[in-house]
Amino acid sequence: MLASVIPSLVAAAPRTTLGNASDWAVFLVGAALILLGAFGVILLRNPVHCALNLVITLIGVALEFIDQSADFLAAVQIIVYAGAIVILFLFVIMFLGIDRKEALGREATRFQKPLAVIIGLMALGLILALSRVDHWVSGTPAQSGVLNGPGTNVQKLGQSIYTGYLLPFEMTAALLVIAVVAAVVLSRRHHSIAGEMTSDEQQELLQRPGAGPADAPPPPASAGGVDGAEETQSLEGVPAE
Amino acid sequence: MSVPAAWYLILAAILFLVGATGLLVRRNVLIMFMCIELMLNAVNLTFVTFSRLLNDVGGQVDVFFVLVVAAAEVVVGLAIIVAMFRRRAAATADDIHILKG
Repeated sequence: MLASVIPSLVAAAPRTTLGNASDWAVFLVGAALILLGAFGVILLRNPVHCALNLVITLIGVALEFIDQSADFLAAVQIIVYAGAIVILFLFVIMFLGIDRKEALGREATRFQKPLAVIIGLMALGLILALSRVDHWVSGTPAQSGVLNGPGTNVQKLGQSIYTGYLLPFEMTAALLVIAVVAAVVLSRRHHSIAGEMTSDEQQELLQRPGAGPADAPPPPASAGGVDGAEETQSLEGVPAE
Repeated sequence: MSVPAAWYLILAAILFLVGATGLLVRRNVLIMFMCIELMLNAVNLTFVTFSRLLNDVGGQVDVFFVLVVAAAEVVVGLAIIVAMFRRRAAATADDIHILKG
């Protein structure tokens, strides 16, 4: 029996080592991308550079998903996060024209930054120490369907979402609609837009000296040009809000 | 299960705390938002790791829902930031009080 086991072990050994090596390579590349991007996000001054570093981190996380055979989530991670959310960030940065560097030296609290770094390092040490003394896993496995076994990753995920998690899945639809409505309401201008005045503003403009009603006698030609230009400017100068 | 799950969890812990530290350090609201995304990604990585460890598809379903909620959160948050910029051409965390009433 031993003689039959040993050749199978020898035959299996190189393949396992190769699989391990490639898994470790993917893990290490993903970890390097994640940490590079994360430190870029919190250290760079330009918001556009921060958003691009966020993309690097998201691609690293997608690599780690692939390394753990979560293929569907890796694709969704790239499409939703890198394709939609970061683009939304970049849209807001470009649209508002705030891609200038963050002003330094006007901190309200001087000791906030070193204190935050110290607290972050302490919390990291605590979590890692906790992981040494505590167990990683508690509870019973496979409450909502097994991950391994026959069928693809997408099939099992879909079966779980459309059976056991059907109500939360439908609630996400309501959540997205509410978010879209909220975005429209929040970014709507409440005041009159330029060139469109309310009746109060029109009355105020008519009663202002120098900007008389239409039936007033026309001013002299030379002064009229100046007055007209001024009035045009004041009309255009009505603030948007 | 080639790479031990502990390595993924350590990586997720580091990513989470980098995001949390950035949230405390930065004052630009947009970058604070990006740090929240970093923390959400760390939690997603933890979910997927435990999903593999426990052989349970529920962890991956949770990541799916976290992605949806993160998308909705970003939409509303960026709309609030745009509303802040309408009132004042700055977006530091100290300017949020202008949204009052």
